[in-house]
Amino acid sequence: MSVTDIPAAERPVWHHRTLLGRLAIYAGWLGLVALFVWCWNIMTERTMWVFVYDAPHAAADLASRAWPPRWSYMDRLWQPLWDTINIATLGTLLGIVLAVPLAFLAASNTTPSRMILRPVALFCIVASRSINSLIWALLLVSILGPGILAGILAIGFRSVGFIGKLLYEAIEETDIAQIEAITATGATKAQILNYGIVPQVLPSFYGISVFRWDINIRESAILGLVGAGGIGAQLQASLNVLAWPQVTLIILVILATVVVSEWVSARVRHAII
Amino acid sequence: MLSVDKLTKVYKTGDKALTDVSFTVPKGQVVGLIGPSGAGKSTLIRCVNRLVEPTEGTVRLNDLDITRLRAGELRRARRRIGMIFQEYALVERLTVMENVLSGRLGYVPFWRSFTRRFPGEDIAKAFRLLDRVGLSAHADKRADALSGGQRQRVGIARALEQDPELLLVDEPTASLDPKTSRQIMRLIVEICRESGLPAIINIHDVVLAQQFADRIIGLQAGRVVFDGPATGLTEAVLTQIYGEEDWTAMRQAAAEDEAAEAEQRDEAKKMMRAL
Repeated sequence: MSVTDIPAAERPVWHHRTLLGRLAIYAGWLGLVALFVWCWNIMTERTMWVFVYDAPHAAADLASRAWPPRWSYMDRLWQPLWDTINIATLGTLLGIVLAVPLAFLAASNTTPSRMILRPVALFCIVASRSINSLIWALLLVSILGPGILAGILAIGFRSVGFIGKLLYEAIEETDIAQIEAITATGATKAQILNYGIVPQVLPSFYGISVFRWDINIRESAILGLVGAGGIGAQLQASLNVLAWPQVTLIILVILATVVVSEWVSARVRHAII
Repeated sequence: MLSVDKLTKVYKTGDKALTDVSFTVPKGQVVGLIGPSGAGKSTLIRCVNRLVEPTEGTVRLNDLDITRLRAGELRRARRRIGMIFQEYALVERLTVMENVLSGRLGYVPFWRSFTRRFPGEDIAKAFRLLDRVGLSAHADKRADALSGGQRQRVGIARALEQDPELLLVDEPTASLDPKTSRQIMRLIVEICRESGLPAIINIHDVVLAQQFADRIIGLQAGRVVFDGPATGLTEAVLTQIYGEEDWTAMRQAAAEDEAAEAEQRDEAKKMMRAL
């Protein structure tokens, strides 16, 4: 007997949701729309609409003043660009040096002390992650004075949390069987780390480091805004004197640098994994 | 000689994995440890080198009470106990040679192992073992480039690199096809015979166990329910260990498998001669 043989009235009925469930979903949508309208009203309470209506005109005006970029200004950009790349690279290295031991202390399978060292390491990682590198730079500039050193430290301190977190997760995901096998040979703890765990996390480690370097190139480009060296200082100076063609050039240079760093990090990750 | 006395293991969850397990393994004996999944086979052999801490009872290897050793002494004892694993448990991203040499980790100081500068005789021994298991051409390949059977051979070489006085073998054939399984079992047993090495082999394949082991210990729910020569595994005993099953048919199928394999080997030999 096939389905078509059953009279329509007797065929079993199936609904994805009950009637009550459907009504609840409609009510939910209605509530969301009401919430949006209410929020919109609050949000635009203090908007001056004359300026908003004027926006296309203002944008066109800015663009006309910013174009063409002032190519001759490039002479004064090479040095800060070099500084920016150095801040990113040295900051990443500093981050790695600090993050690797923290990651091994924080991973539940390698930590020497679950009660004390692990929470401390986790706290350091969270603290580093919760503060943006721009804020780190602000703090460090007021401690160390303006310059590249503050930038390197700011990038480094922010990277610790990122690298530490991803690395300790990679350590916790290692295959226990390989570690057990090395343990069974009578190896010491250091040897188990060296033979059983490190080979397993090495690809993730390279991937994470290169990825963070790529992010750091982008972040170090704006650190100059708060006085921590690099191309951001030039950006700040140009903005202050309303030299829009220079601003355009700087933005183009940052864009090009980021594209190149992205390409490099993609190539490196591809080569390792 | 290994003697296990009244070994009991209760996991933190309250599960009793082993209850009063006692047996001794004299030099050169190959023991097949059989039983259904969850009978405690893995726990038992892991209690011997204390990858799992036993709750009660003693394990003695040549009059050394392993259950009482402290960390440093335990490491020294583990050096003399080779272990072969179910899923090979090679360090996948290290080379075959590094994997075999990791059997010497207990004997060399950290810096030598870190810089991979092992003593000459360790390296010579590793090459000899790789040759013995038929992998000398693969020494510098990464372990994850090998097939299942080849990986298990590396696992065997790693265990033997330790100069063991005892082999613990945990389901060596569970991830291999029937033919490779038999080759691996034959290799392990041959090596044990050559050097009078005692071995405990966890194996859920009854037919393989009977074919290769001198003695069978049957575990059921953490207790020893059979201990005797392979020939003593009667229908009644198997039913007691595993429950009702058509054992005769299973044995016949396995015998056919083996006959076919023997025939193949003869064919291969003939062809080699013809060439």
